[in-house]
Amino acid sequence: MTLEKISDPREIQHWPGHMETDYIYTLGIAGERFFQEIKKNGKIIGAKCKRCGIVYVPPRMYCERCFEKLDEWVNVGNRGTVYTYTLAHIDLNGNKLKEPTIYAMIKIDGTNGGLVHKLGDVDPEGVKIGMKVEAFLKPKEKREGSINDIRYFKPVK
Amino acid sequence: MFGKKRVAVVGAGLTLFRRYMKETGREMCYEAAKMALDSAGLRLKDIESVAYGSAPDAFDGIHMKGENMTDGSGAWRKPFSRVYVGGGTGVFTADAGWWHVASGLFDTCLVVAEEKMSPCQPHPAQAFTTIFDPIMDRPHGTTLIWIFSLEMHRYMHVHGIKKEQIALVSVKNKRNALDHPCAQLGAKITVEDVLNSEIMCWPVQRLDISPTSDGAAAIVLASEDVAKKITDNPVWIDGVGWCIDSTYWTNRDLYYPDYVECAARMAYKMAGIKNPPKEIDVAEPYDPFDYKELHHMEGLLLCKKGEAPKLTEEGVTQRDGDLPINPSGGLLGVGNPIAAAGLMKVCEIFWQLRGEAGKRQVPGDPRTGLAQAWGDLMQYGSVIVMRR
Amino acid sequence: MSKKKIEECKWAGEEVKSADIREGKVLTVGYRPKAKYVWSTGIAMSRFLKELKNGKIIASTCNKCGRIMVPPRMFCEQCFKPTDGWTYVKDTATINTYSVSFIGGDASRLKEPIIVVVVDLDGASPGMGILHTMREIDWKKVKFGMKVKAVWKPEKERTGAITDIKYFKPL
Repeated sequence: MTLEKISDPREIQHWPGHMETDYIYTLGIAGERFFQEIKKNGKIIGAKCKRCGIVYVPPRMYCERCFEKLDEWVNVGNRGTVYTYTLAHIDLNGNKLKEPTIYAMIKIDGTNGGLVHKLGDVDPEGVKIGMKVEAFLKPKEKREGSINDIRYFKPVK
Repeated sequence: MFGKKRVAVVGAGLTLFRRYMKETGREMCYEAAKMALDSAGLRLKDIESVAYGSAPDAFDGIHMKGENMTDGSGAWRKPFSRVYVGGGTGVFTADAGWWHVASGLFDTCLVVAEEKMSPCQPHPAQAFTTIFDPIMDRPHGTTLIWIFSLEMHRYMHVHGIKKEQIALVSVKNKRNALDHPCAQLGAKITVEDVLNSEIMCWPVQRLDISPTSDGAAAIVLASEDVAKKITDNPVWIDGVGWCIDSTYWTNRDLYYPDYVECAARMAYKMAGIKNPPKEIDVAEPYDPFDYKELHHMEGLLLCKKGEAPKLTEEGVTQRDGDLPINPSGGLLGVGNPIAAAGLMKVCEIFWQLRGEAGKRQVPGDPRTGLAQAWGDLMQYGSVIVMRR
Repeated sequence: MSKKKIEECKWAGEEVKSADIREGKVLTVGYRPKAKYVWSTGIAMSRFLKELKNGKIIASTCNKCGRIMVPPRMFCEQCFKPTDGWTYVKDTATINTYSVSFIGGDASRLKEPIIVVVVDLDGASPGMGILHTMREIDWKKVKFGMKVKAVWKPEKERTGAITDIKYFKPL
């Protein structure tokens, strides 16, 4: 016995519910250092693995490849290149956004890593893969130690 | 021998167990895994596969957290599998690691178990409520402590056991935990302390229960040829067993864990053990609540049904007794980061059999040990038998 | 690579206190997932819930093992075949086990304790219990094996839920 062509589970006998919980995440040993640096000094830092010659952004406590503990932190600057991007027209629930938002994966110069963030001060048509961008931060007093302390990345003039 | 190759544990690692750790789950996995590798003298490139275990995603608050933990578990670009059976995960992950090597597919396997319960607000108990059936159980406002207290009460009723007898387990384990460097709640308490502690859900009182914790554990497994090159002192996994019972927990008599017996028999058969109380030198049964240690001792056939409280009263289960139980301090003393707690017990048996347990060392040169974990809705048992 | 002996190992882990988090000494990120669910009640439970609305408790039967099962199910999990029929069971029962809860689901303290029971229903196979609560009795007087009876909501208040039975009381 099968029920055909049901797309709304409320059409058949059902039991509703929700799973409500709040979460507070600590940022970790590496994460704490990364975000404190952004909060206090407005700088993006990476972690370097001497053995593998890799600079990780976001930085981490250990090298995933050789499994050594990382304790060399480097200031990698706030500039990067657009590695890929997308233009979002709808929100999480499928509703249309007032204005489309550009999300990009930005490779930070001189590192093997990158950050996902918004692009701003640029029209969607003007975005190109390979474009040079830099982080535009909130003023120091408004920063909380969060990825949103960076408002967005904007084209380097 | 079952399987294509004999499997040994060659290294073990553990983080501190605490209510709140600064490390992310990944970082804790790394710390435990690195310690295990260092103790075996191995590098990550020597590891061919990774078996990882963690209990509900709802604690860490990261859906599909197995994927999130991969690089901290040393699984970057390696065959990786996550197993999950609630509280049974910790020992079952070791069983799963055993398959990886015993099957002949891999010569080495890094086994990691992790749990970060602290992100869940206001308390991890909130996440536990969602394990219950939404139609039959949740509408009553069911909490996890209800189900434990119902089982504890049934066990006490069927065998005529008193709270004072059960409290002895909490006293023993918390005292044992004072000698464990990672322990969260090692303490010198008395039976009166337990009986005077806050009533949570009668007959369960506060000092009957293990804490919620963050922590990680890891072991390194190797096939016989490789193990003998790594160490002069491998600890062989001679038996594994696991079993699950029906979800209809209200249709079962909770006084005895049939599923633990089932898992134990599977492991004993593999290991050629015919008389468990005589042949097991040290055991780490799962003890999220004090009565559970007794419940599981019986399910593991280490004594007759209803006899476990008497053995505890007589001191048989102390470190210097005839059958030391939970010399580590168990979950009650060391802590309960769900999956990591089970694997912590496997680490303890590893160290006990190698004579490396320091102040916790059980005397008499133990050669055969057992660790067991339990999980889900009073449903699941996983067992591992290890020998030197 | 030298092997580290267990005694030489430094035990890793940096503890933080909840005060550190509250006072912002450690950076944190908060999140609340908005997870809502609509579970289909399925073949067996749909009937069970409809019958509860009628003030009745229904079970399913398996001809192979002979069990009369509550909660009812579409398949017998022991014989692994479809169940064969339906039959009503009584709303009286025996206490299989009980406990008394002084804490709520979020670990908060309750003013009035809740008496939690697993009751084996009369007319079903032995040990076929359901989880419920008990009232109209002092919690210290509850006994294993006590006979109890369901107290139902009035018909117009029933919605087809396990809580259409308000609680069980001593018979």
